[in-house]
Amino acid sequence: MSTTEERLAARKRHEVEETVFGELDDRLGSSSFLRSAMDKIFPDHWSFMVGEIAMYCFVILLLTGTYLALFFHASSTPVIYNGSYHPLDGVQMSEAYQSTLNISFDVRGGLVMRQIHHWGAVVFLAAVSFHLCRIFFTGAFRKPRELNWTIGLTLLLVVMLEGFTGYSLPDDLLSGTGIRVVYSIVLSIPLIGTWLAYAGFGSTFPGTQIIPRLFVIHEFLFPLIILGLLTAHLMILWRQKHSDFPGPGKTEHNIVGSRLWPQYALKSAGLFMLVFAVLSALGGLIQINPIWLYGPYNAYQVSAGSQPDWYVGWLDGGVRLWPHWEFRSFGHEIANPFFPGVLVPGIVFTLMFLWPQIDRRIYHDYVEHNLLDRPRDKAFRTAIGAAALTFFTDLTLASATDLLGNDFHMSFERLIEILQYGAFAGPLIVGAITYKTCKSLQRTRAHPIKRPVGGVIVRSVDGGYHTLGDDHGHGADHEAHTNGHHTNGATTNGDSANGHTPEVVPSAPSATSEPGAADD
Amino acid sequence: MTTTNDPSATDVPLLDDDEASAAEEYGRIHDQVHWSEGSTPQADDLWTRYADDPKRAKRSEYLIAACFFVAVLCGLGLMIVYCIGGQPQAEGTLLFFAFTGLGVGFVLTARDLLPGNDIAAHRHPHPSTPEQRSAVVEAFNRGLEPLLSRRVLLGSLSAAGGVFGLASLFPLASLGERPGTKLEHTSWGNGIRVVDRFGTPVKLGQLSVNGVMTVFPEGSIGDDVAMATGQTMLINVGNADFQVDPFHNWTVVEGAGQDMQRYVAFSKVCTHAGCPVGLYNRASRQLVCPCHQSTFDVLKRCNPVFGPASRSLPQLPLGINPSNEFISLESYQEPIGPGFWNRG
Repeated sequence: MSTTEERLAARKRHEVEETVFGELDDRLGSSSFLRSAMDKIFPDHWSFMVGEIAMYCFVILLLTGTYLALFFHASSTPVIYNGSYHPLDGVQMSEAYQSTLNISFDVRGGLVMRQIHHWGAVVFLAAVSFHLCRIFFTGAFRKPRELNWTIGLTLLLVVMLEGFTGYSLPDDLLSGTGIRVVYSIVLSIPLIGTWLAYAGFGSTFPGTQIIPRLFVIHEFLFPLIILGLLTAHLMILWRQKHSDFPGPGKTEHNIVGSRLWPQYALKSAGLFMLVFAVLSALGGLIQINPIWLYGPYNAYQVSAGSQPDWYVGWLDGGVRLWPHWEFRSFGHEIANPFFPGVLVPGIVFTLMFLWPQIDRRIYHDYVEHNLLDRPRDKAFRTAIGAAALTFFTDLTLASATDLLGNDFHMSFERLIEILQYGAFAGPLIVGAITYKTCKSLQRTRAHPIKRPVGGVIVRSVDGGYHTLGDDHGHGADHEAHTNGHHTNGATTNGDSANGHTPEVVPSAPSATSEPGAADD
Repeated sequence: MTTTNDPSATDVPLLDDDEASAAEEYGRIHDQVHWSEGSTPQADDLWTRYADDPKRAKRSEYLIAACFFVAVLCGLGLMIVYCIGGQPQAEGTLLFFAFTGLGVGFVLTARDLLPGNDIAAHRHPHPSTPEQRSAVVEAFNRGLEPLLSRRVLLGSLSAAGGVFGLASLFPLASLGERPGTKLEHTSWGNGIRVVDRFGTPVKLGQLSVNGVMTVFPEGSIGDDVAMATGQTMLINVGNADFQVDPFHNWTVVEGAGQDMQRYVAFSKVCTHAGCPVGLYNRASRQLVCPCHQSTFDVLKRCNPVFGPASRSLPQLPLGINPSNEFISLESYQEPIGPGFWNRG
């Protein structure tokens, strides 16, 4: 196989590596950590990649964002434009808007960077949301992972705000309108709203402070918070080990997958490159946020069809759907935007933060779980999740009523009414259907995760029958079904049958403690 | 090198990935389970997908090399594109193929040329022993207990923390000016001329019937805040049946009968969330806010008829001066724009 030269080269390389790792170990005693780190096991499932996609989006956003920050001027100082985009020649605009035009038209590679950055944010939020759904529907937030649920939700909040502050920076007509609405929402907060708005913007809207302040928040404060929270998120994941779907050979006390080094690292690096590839294609080929078409921001101008980025859509939709209620008495007023703009998202996020506590009470489940739920087995939780998604979808649709009305040749008044009812009826209907569907699916008892090949019955040479799936038929007759004290069902069920783990964690009423498929 | 393939056997070698002792077990790590159907049991940890088939391994290596070569070509292409002036579509396409080449290359390497076996490791229970737990509590309280009974110490520390904490909040006031009654005022007032966005006074006859125009108080042009708060919609409602306020006639009328032209002016700042109410529907004579679709009926003094807004757009007391220029007679009689706590 290998030649003498190759063997010699390998030996030489080993010597160099021993020196490098040895020098490191002399100073840090790092060998045992590095050794166990490289052997760290990560389970494989396509849905586990979504969180990674989010992380890589963040890395790409840091890279492209740093480049953009080198050319962006966060200033409201008025200037008269005279640049490469001639339709805006002679137009008065802020320095922020002008520098964004320059990035788009004069900095080589600037437009691609800008569009990758914007697409990156859009995909980042999508990946975070999908990741959140995966965690919710499979019960991955249960003990011991409640802490990471909390950190993850905080990340979602900060990332949403990071996205909003980001697309507000160019100071174009669309984003300025968004800032105007936020000013009004802050203003509507009882008691302190006026002070908060003036502290944030420095003066009556629009003032000259908001763009430079958003820049500090967007480019320093929030990325730092995201970086810190993400590090904590990953360190906890590392410590607790990844959860996994139930399956043959998997128990609450083991983890099955591939090693971090080199298999998992290489696959993950491949994913990073592919995420970058997709964002590059989007950024290069599909126009996003063409601010030169919107024009610079003026408080007295607005364009029809003002929609925020998709992840803010549900908030904007809520503001559109909320009825025309305001409360005035004793010389004070609780203005309309407070309810859909502050109260509703406040309630939504509070419920989400509390969900692990609510869930454990619903299912009387206070024990540790490393194996995930199948959504159907927790019909109520799944129904709640589906109802919540319907609610968000309804509100998101509401943020585009003017456009949808055009597309469907329907008046926006009618559309808003439908969506107002839909915000209540939709979740109820979808939740009920989901619940029923889960219950029906539970009765079918067939699922690829649970019974990979469990349904196949094989006749052996001596005429006996046994079920395939517990041993893949590799000469397993010695373990055939004699219904003894050592049934294979125990393993496929995910219960502990493992000599290495004497203490048995009581199983919660879940998929993992149902009668085993292999015993049927 | 084979051990059992049966996962349920109790002597399955488990990789202990958290502890140094794992190193000793390294030789015994095998894929204990390889579950995809039709696969053969893998005995050797160094097994690769094509290890037993050097020809296919070679083919895979060339495929991977081709992927990386795509990245090489695209890298060269990117340099050329940059040097000749840059082109977004070309850059995006080249970046896409470069990253795809690298990504597919990495994934294929992991799939075809690296050991692909699943391995199992222990999960250690997270809770420590009761002794370790009590030791933590003990360590935490070590030396603290006597301190907690020192009332003077605790009291002065709380006072210091409280007062100093309060002092550290004071600089927050530097963030913005005091709101005061600023939200209740605009630059409109008695005799202020109505100007367009270039600062030119607006005269009678400049606006055709059913026409609208965004106007500002004179002197506000160039002042962002004054323009934002002072922006006003001047509308010529013609001879339509406008509901004049019974107490104030804040409209300007020119001509009579069929030729009557009535000019009215309303704040352009939506009373809901502050967007400019910029859409005027000539047929229904309604102002629509493009942000959240609040709709105001102009003929009913801009009463909200649809959407989340709950208050009318404030009407500007409009008048005319001897040179037939529009002026405001007074400022708005109520705060313009969205609501706030002290609005009342």
